[in-house]
Amino acid sequence: MTLFIIGTYLVLVLLVGALSHRLFRGTGEDYFVASRTIGPFLLLMSLFGTNMTAFSILGASGEAYNRGIGVFGLMGAASAFVIPCVFFVVGTRVWALGKRHGFLTQAQFFRQRWESDALGLLLFVVLVALVVPYLLIGIMGGGITLNQMTDGWVPQWVGGLVIGGVVLLYVCYGGLRGTVWANALQTLVFMMLGAVAFYVIVGKMGGLTEAFGRMADLKPELLVRGDVIHPVNWLTYTFLPLSAGMFPHIFMHWMTAQRARSFQWPLILYPLCILVVWVPSVVLGVLGHVSFDNLHGPAANSVLVRLIDLHAPGILAGLLAAGVLAAVMSSLDSQVLAIGTMFTQDIVRHYGFNDQMSEKQQVFYGRLFVVVILAITYVISLVSNRSIFGLAVWSFTGFAALFPVMVAAVFWQRSTKEGAFGAILSVAILWIYFFLQGWQTPGYTVGGTGVLPVAVMVVVSSLVLILVSVVTRPPKQETIDAFFTTPQQIGK
Amino acid sequence: MRWLLYLTMVLLYVLHNDLWFWDDATMVLGLPIGLTYHIIYCVVASGMMFLLVKYAWPRGLDVEAE
Repeated sequence: MTLFIIGTYLVLVLLVGALSHRLFRGTGEDYFVASRTIGPFLLLMSLFGTNMTAFSILGASGEAYNRGIGVFGLMGAASAFVIPCVFFVVGTRVWALGKRHGFLTQAQFFRQRWESDALGLLLFVVLVALVVPYLLIGIMGGGITLNQMTDGWVPQWVGGLVIGGVVLLYVCYGGLRGTVWANALQTLVFMMLGAVAFYVIVGKMGGLTEAFGRMADLKPELLVRGDVIHPVNWLTYTFLPLSAGMFPHIFMHWMTAQRARSFQWPLILYPLCILVVWVPSVVLGVLGHVSFDNLHGPAANSVLVRLIDLHAPGILAGLLAAGVLAAVMSSLDSQVLAIGTMFTQDIVRHYGFNDQMSEKQQVFYGRLFVVVILAITYVISLVSNRSIFGLAVWSFTGFAALFPVMVAAVFWQRSTKEGAFGAILSVAILWIYFFLQGWQTPGYTVGGTGVLPVAVMVVVSSLVLILVSVVTRPPKQETIDAFFTTPQQIGK
Repeated sequence: MRWLLYLTMVLLYVLHNDLWFWDDATMVLGLPIGLTYHIIYCVVASGMMFLLVKYAWPRGLDVEAE
């Protein structure tokens, strides 16, 4: 029954993707940014759904199983504050520039902002490399969910393959419009079913008071932050949500907004949506000890799915599993579309390969690139036994450390391409260095001080950007004029 | 008003670091206080965004986009 419900849900998602294709206007801009016609509701659903990944559902519950209630403040509440601020301060301005200049990708934006072709190419390589661990957690999350909910009948490698395949199908067919509609459906599904899962499972445990009472006897250290989370670690975690300002898939969703005001309700409601998703994930992760007290290391990734399997009756279990898959797929789809778009726009079209290719061939090679990246990610998922939360933190670290480049592009006229180059290279070098230092140490911090690598990297990339910019030649005045409109010009 | 709101944003960031509840396991509204505090924090963050949208919205963005 569970498998039947999950199968039905996957077919439903494919149908939504296919139906949205009927709205396709036959232009590149419609395929890549839905002709910039997305209103507040769909924008909220797609921005939020895209940001809520296997990280927020399986990763958060697994991390809460190991580190307790503090995980909510560590990433959930921090994201509820930082991400809307990023959208407010940077997202709206980037949207205005994107609409004016017709940008579809970040490489286009930065290339034109700093008059540098090589900068766009460097950024393309770095962004694609950083998206891989993010894709990885989606593939792993899909595999874990299908495996657990079918009691091992569907092996994890088949689960990952099925989820990757379904996402690839509806993204290739429906473009960004299909992705936005599928995201809206999936975001509603996982928000509603998350609340249902919380209600049913906590009810089976005798209610919140009873369940936390048992936890106080079993693992009292998980009901406080105590020694489990270091205050310095807590402080530096707040740098991670800055990554939302540099995710390629979020940039693409910003570009879809119909008007600036389309951002307003998404900004206000974003923190409340975080509550709806993160509180059940973290509480159920902690309470997982009441039912399973022997999940070690990455096995904790599956605590939520195990709880659903144990406490929810047949049909409901299938629905709740579909909710988890909805969260996984609503992010994978945007990431997949973003890297396909980047390859088509930033490589094929920008370097003139399109002169030798028909429109059909360009789309084909864009999809082929996506398949290759997904295949690489899938192979890594077969050998990876890392924590979903930990993998995501490495991916977010790189994106967050690139955020100063975005801020400089939007707010600092004097910033230069050399400064941006230096900042991006510093991020690449430091990321590789810290990754080699810490990838085998769960919860790695710089020198064991509690400081996350992301904090060091944000500071270093900012300093490099500033220092190199002030000693190099500023961009041409006409470029600055094209990107910085004076208050008089916009009638303030 | 705009600057007052920006200052409030800084204050909200500081309030995220609630060292005062770090080791407190008191139950409030059925949850440990460290969790309840951050749930309320999210609601306040939403209110903060409402005020920013209402009183500090960057005017002219739609004109700038054309």
